[in-house]
Amino acid sequence: MRFGIVVFPGSNCDHDAFYATRHNAESESIMLWHKDTSIPKGTDCIILPGGFSYGDYLRCGAIARVSPIMTAVTQHAKRGGYVLGICNGFQILTESGLLPGALLRNSSLNFICKDIYVRAENSVSPFTNRLEQGQILRVPIAHGEGNYFADEDTLNMLEQQGRVAFKYCDVNGNTNLDSNPNGSARNIAGILNEQGNILGMMPHPERCCDVQIGNADGLAVFQSLISAAEVLI
Amino acid sequence: MKHFKASITVSLRKSILDVQGKTVEHALHSTNFPMIKNTRIGKHVELEIDAENAEKAYEMLSDACKTIISNPIMEDYHIELHEMEA
Repeated sequence: MRFGIVVFPGSNCDHDAFYATRHNAESESIMLWHKDTSIPKGTDCIILPGGFSYGDYLRCGAIARVSPIMTAVTQHAKRGGYVLGICNGFQILTESGLLPGALLRNSSLNFICKDIYVRAENSVSPFTNRLEQGQILRVPIAHGEGNYFADEDTLNMLEQQGRVAFKYCDVNGNTNLDSNPNGSARNIAGILNEQGNILGMMPHPERCCDVQIGNADGLAVFQSLISAAEVLI
Repeated sequence: MKHFKASITVSLRKSILDVQGKTVEHALHSTNFPMIKNTRIGKHVELEIDAENAEKAYEMLSDACKTIISNPIMEDYHIELHEMEA
């Protein structure tokens, strides 16, 4: 299993993603530059990491999505390759149209940086197969624009097709206004594309993969990908 | 070829709650401006473009707005064109 982590100008979770995949998930992991025009053969999963690509100019992810490497990322996704967008990576995926909807300014207008709880809504996707349906994870968020928005038809479709991967919840798994940190529609924290090979999520699983820092709940996302890739082989 | 200056306003779609606009409006109400309503915050983009005529310029800018300058899922745009003297 090889992960490829894209480094945009302003990415700041790229090394966390590298550490999580290389050391915690014990996989091969390589860094990819945003000006690259191809992805090395044998790369199973592209990670678009968190950060502030291009300074969040214009809109979060709007400039990154026209980076040279994004053409190769789109081709990789179209071939069925895995793509994981975390935080700014999720924003890049919605801006590029690889995932539906958009990420609006947090309803509180505040940048929120804290641990929250998410509930796994899907336990069969390549990103969540090591989780139980309804399993609660404690994962950090750190964003100013994480308020997931899509029209009602899109939200209904996402739910009906099992494409909501994670919802914000409280420690007991309740999804309500109080457990919704940023105003996201239906408490949505992460969604899948129709084919199930692309996941975008605002919480940062790569920041909680090591018991030495007190929380390894996020590791399951990377282990799920490794399991999914093994099945393909 | 004509030379145009464009003023583009990008704002959140009307159906989306503009929390920044609401907050600014509350601030206005709590100062001396209780009469102000429907405050919306947007972005202002100025640029110049060469085109055969105003219609072509508008067409190209609309395309640019749909592609990059705005995100049609959450934003509307409004273009004002002014022809510049050669």
